[in-house]
Amino acid sequence: MIIKEPKKKVATRDGFGRALVELGKENKNVVVLCADLTESVRANWFKEEFPDRFVSLGVAEQDMIGVAAGMALSGKIPYACTFGAFASGRAWDQVRVSVAYTNINVIIVGTHGGISVGGDGATHQSLEEITLMRVLPHMTVVVPADAEEAFLATKQAAGLPGPVYLRLGRAAATIIEDKPEFIIGKASVLTPGDDITIIACGHMVEKSLEAAKYLREKKIKARIINLHTPKPIDKPAIIKAARETGAVLTVEEHSIAGGMGSAVAEVLAENCPVPMKFMGLDDRFGVSGTPEELYEYFGLTEKYIVKEAEELFKKKRT
Amino acid sequence: MEKIKDIKQLKKKAIDIRRDILTMLEKAGSGHTGGSLSIVEILISLYYQKMNLDCKTFVCRERDKFILSKGHACPALYAVLADLGFFKKEELWTLRKLGTRLQGHPQFGLPGLEVSSGSLGQGLSIAAGFALADRMDGHKTRVYCLMGDGETNEGQVWEAASTCAHYKLDSVCGIIDFNKLQIDGFCCEVKDQGEYRKKWDNFGWFTQEVDGHDLSQLSNAFDEAEKVKGKPQMIIAHTVKGKGVSFVENKVEWHGISPKKDELALALQELDLAEKAL
Repeated sequence: MIIKEPKKKVATRDGFGRALVELGKENKNVVVLCADLTESVRANWFKEEFPDRFVSLGVAEQDMIGVAAGMALSGKIPYACTFGAFASGRAWDQVRVSVAYTNINVIIVGTHGGISVGGDGATHQSLEEITLMRVLPHMTVVVPADAEEAFLATKQAAGLPGPVYLRLGRAAATIIEDKPEFIIGKASVLTPGDDITIIACGHMVEKSLEAAKYLREKKIKARIINLHTPKPIDKPAIIKAARETGAVLTVEEHSIAGGMGSAVAEVLAENCPVPMKFMGLDDRFGVSGTPEELYEYFGLTEKYIVKEAEELFKKKRT
Repeated sequence: MEKIKDIKQLKKKAIDIRRDILTMLEKAGSGHTGGSLSIVEILISLYYQKMNLDCKTFVCRERDKFILSKGHACPALYAVLADLGFFKKEELWTLRKLGTRLQGHPQFGLPGLEVSSGSLGQGLSIAAGFALADRMDGHKTRVYCLMGDGETNEGQVWEAASTCAHYKLDSVCGIIDFNKLQIDGFCCEVKDQGEYRKKWDNFGWFTQEVDGHDLSQLSNAFDEAEKVKGKPQMIIAHTVKGKGVSFVENKVEWHGISPKKDELALALQELDLAEKAL
């Protein structure tokens, strides 16, 4: 899927939904499972095209993961889809034992990740998926930054030997221009810079790119890395960035505890300790509001990224 | 694989499997004795009589499948799989030891295992997944899933029960090892599950109740289940926890412990007597 218009905004869940249809045409073993949120997760297009390969489980996420495991063991490539809060939290033990321990190619798709879910509030704004999923052996965790990446991640996930968790968003996200080739497991350097590194994932990539422009005006050249795959983490890219810039700011629409930033810190603490700062939700639940109000409320806009980057840059120099 | 028809021969097989279970557990020094002994006849009936499944054609998916959802009873399954040639019998004595393929709860990868299990309540969903995939592929195969009675406290079991009924998965046959005990005590005291058979009836299943140690009753029940069209089937198998060893039978404390050397010797003596009485 190539979207040419500049600054076009498309939700990552839409990129996923389109990829499912294409996958369905390419491979008859692709099956899709849903837990009563078919349209919300954008599996409805696949369902219309391939009703015989669509399995409705009702509001039963634990069962859905088990059924997906059974189908994967029978040679199918199942995409089990629901909101991230339920995919990662409600069914965590089923993911742990039936899927991760068995080590099979079940693709767990959690849409509605993060505070940008908006009005639904804390129960539906999942902030823990990266943490919960990356602790499971064999699991790959992918957080696409835009709909094009979501499209490619969905397709690449089908070829991996083990389980994959895809974290997708509800709100429309700007298509990022001039991206390097998207490969699961390989971090993308989007903007060069040697003064500081900003590592982001998901919707925070777009905001970090905006922040980089303001920082440039202030003569701070920030290297922007899109860490779309928190696991397996691209250690060389992270270590190289820390070495060359001397400071790392991580930004995620997720709990700070155990999230993408924590994964980065685990790599750097052992290999190249540099001053770091973590942006995300610090031991808090989400609240209702519009996505833009919530980004402001939780301090996750360009303005705050610029502020934290400046402070970190100063700290590095002292 | 040649199926065994002679009931005496099957009874002898059940005694041999019980010997292996007790010996494995004694060597391991820990493990679940009661629930392993209660499922022996169920496994014998499926593996030696009913299922279209053997070690030579196991990699092919167009065959029957068995899921041990109550994974803690794996010593019984390991003993059967070794006897059927999925791996060497000597490997049984490595149960629970460092580096073994015979983990304390089943780990996918051991020849003959369909899936990892051990966290209760997950098997029936996987059975539904097998059945749905087999239906899509046009395979005429059966899927058996063995659960414990205590296990069905888990909500996921009932989610899966609905899934099997909704999709009219008549290739799915569940079996409950209805031994009436769980770790904390009698099932009805831990949390009474009410009119148990009616529950499965009401979930849209074809249900039967049998003596889970009577090989003819089990065999008939599996045959009856296979004839059912448009409904999943549940066999509630009334069993005795710890069956075959007098001092283990119906003793709640034997849920999660293994026999010591002297206890093993006594148990093997009892099994020798049982064999002579055949």
